[in-house]
Amino acid sequence: MDLELLRETLLLEQHNTRLVVISVALLGATAGLIGSFLLLRKQSLLGDALSHATLPGIGIAFALMSAMGLSGKNLPGLLTGATITGLLGVLLVLAIRRTTRLKDDAAMGIVLSVFFGLGVAILNMVQTIPGQSSAGLDSFIYGSTASIVWSDFHLITGTLLITTAATFLLLKELTLLCFDSHFASTQGWPTLWLDIILMALVTAVTVIGLQAVGLILIIAFLITPPTAARFWTNQLGHMLWIATLIGAVSGWIGASLSALYSDLPAGAIIVITAAIIFLISMIFGKTRGVLPRYLRHLKLQRKIGRQHLLRSTYEILENTQNHQNHSPLKNLPIPMEQLRRHRYWAKGELSKLIRQARTEDHIEQQPSGELRLSESGFGEASRITRNHRLWELYLIKHADIAPSHVDRDADMVEHLLGAEIVQQLEAQLALTKPDIQSPHQI
Amino acid sequence: MNWTINDLHIILVGTLCAIACALPGTFLLLRRMSMMGDAISHAVLPGLAIAFLLTGTRSSSWMFLGAALAGIFTALFTQWITRFGKVERGAAMGIVFTTLFALGLIIIKQSADHVDLDPACVLYGALEYTPLHLVTLLETSDHLIQIPRAALLLAGTLIFNILIITLFFKELTLSSFDPHLAQTQGFRPMLMHYLLMTMVAITTVAAFEAVGSIIVIAMLIVPPATAYLLTRRLSTLIITSLSIAALSAILGHLSSQALPHLLGLPETSSSGMIATTAGLLFLLAWLLGPDGLLKKQKKPPLRNPR
Repeated sequence: MDLELLRETLLLEQHNTRLVVISVALLGATAGLIGSFLLLRKQSLLGDALSHATLPGIGIAFALMSAMGLSGKNLPGLLTGATITGLLGVLLVLAIRRTTRLKDDAAMGIVLSVFFGLGVAILNMVQTIPGQSSAGLDSFIYGSTASIVWSDFHLITGTLLITTAATFLLLKELTLLCFDSHFASTQGWPTLWLDIILMALVTAVTVIGLQAVGLILIIAFLITPPTAARFWTNQLGHMLWIATLIGAVSGWIGASLSALYSDLPAGAIIVITAAIIFLISMIFGKTRGVLPRYLRHLKLQRKIGRQHLLRSTYEILENTQNHQNHSPLKNLPIPMEQLRRHRYWAKGELSKLIRQARTEDHIEQQPSGELRLSESGFGEASRITRNHRLWELYLIKHADIAPSHVDRDADMVEHLLGAEIVQQLEAQLALTKPDIQSPHQI
Repeated sequence: MNWTINDLHIILVGTLCAIACALPGTFLLLRRMSMMGDAISHAVLPGLAIAFLLTGTRSSSWMFLGAALAGIFTALFTQWITRFGKVERGAAMGIVFTTLFALGLIIIKQSADHVDLDPACVLYGALEYTPLHLVTLLETSDHLIQIPRAALLLAGTLIFNILIITLFFKELTLSSFDPHLAQTQGFRPMLMHYLLMTMVAITTVAAFEAVGSIIVIAMLIVPPATAYLLTRRLSTLIITSLSIAALSAILGHLSSQALPHLLGLPETSSSGMIATTAGLLFLLAWLLGPDGLLKKQKKPPLRNPR
């Protein structure tokens, strides 16, 4: 592998590949932007139906242009044909969905397969038109970046700029459409037209990308970067930026590599690059990635376990010392078996919890095997128990839940009570004293 | 047009393929997973390529295994991404099948010297050439009955599909209509899901060599969808969808031979025209069926669901 050449290509120093790399990177950026809306609208595969539906248009445009004596491979002409049948396909999907009992997937599948079949049939016919070479029409199926020339570059960048500008102009409307289309229609927004506009934008990107990426793989450009971006953020603005960036990077790397190694198909390299970014995002993505989510879950589980342990200990102390007579609660050791029976813990589970609590210095194990709360543990236990009861009292007073049923309901929420909410609860219930009686038998 | 024994063979292969696909396709439709057929039929490419690379032969059984595995992996990966990544199923499917297809393309291009496999062939197939590979069924002094090799393979697939669906009819039906009930009754809907996916993968692979994935996708999706517009009973649905599939194959091949002549062109791809014919039949059902568009004026729908 020639690293010097690779560096030059990646940094756009190679004159003859600069054009291709820039246009494919731009294509990736725009597709990432618009694909985000497609993903949030839960219509990702519509892009697939659309890209397949462009094939008959390419064939018909080729035939018509040949019949008129023009060159059959005039790119704007071919792309116009592709746009027309592509849009027709998408409109058919929307129509099938609205007027029949068939669902999304069937509607998309019908349009995709029938249009593609028709396209293949038409291409097969026009390939025999005398005097025209139709070689290269196949590149619309698998894509080839090598065929991009100066005039195409203007067409590609122009279309992409217009699409991006339109997306930014309609940012508010598209956002509303994606997040709550029913609300949008009750507010008087023309959701059908917004859907059609979104599809038109998708069509523009798809059609312009056909030549470079090919109609089978172009949807990866629309789907993969936004889905990867979704793992990193919960905010639309951030997601749009990240998706744009991922799309651009995949396009840039893919186009560079395939420019250097002519036997690597650009579309495929781009898709693989995007897929690798997707995989990394899915595992490590900060907000929704699998690993961070699992770690957060684990942390919460530990917190809940610790709080259960401390509260149980506190409740046992109260019960054994007959807390009714207002003498201050003494921190006495309690036998492990009593603790285990209090919450019906399994033996292994309880010893795991105790081990955790010991590393956090909340609990001490006596030489006799009995357990005793540490000073900090005692304070924490009384705080947790108090929060639990505050929430129970709130539920009894304001949610009309029977005192005998309130324990479990409180258990679901008490671990998430922050200091602020506790203050609000105290104010609501007019309770400020440090000790609160349990509203039910423990 | 010149009618020859070849046309009969092509129609035989096409019809067998159409029926073999429409059968699992009906259950895909009921599970709202029609696009899975599209995904799997694209994703078998790396399976084929790797099988070629590893064994160095075009031996059908290895190819079959590789592609079927790739198909099952598509279903598996999609399921994982949906479940662990909390990604919408359509998007997950799109990512998986494009990645696998891209992988297949790269492998094929990289080893073009060793692998005699044209990606175009996977898409278009070579229905027109199936009569070139014949196997003899019956040979006596005055009779010679030969059918294309592909027909034999597809007939086997069809029988396999019929067998599986007959054996698991109850389970498949219940888990398609009410997966939760199926789960509580101990019918293991996930197992049925993967069984169906395996069936789709095997059908795809069996069909790809002879007819290409266009027909497979079209026949998995379109005939069941057309039948769905015509009936609301499962048994009728299956029979109607099989009939429509067969009709598409026959009419499709005939039109591929006859239609282009009207325009002064030679005949065109049978696969493409079979898919197109299926589309036209769907259009007819959409416009003229029991709830057809052209009949809507008499009986307005209660409420538009969307």
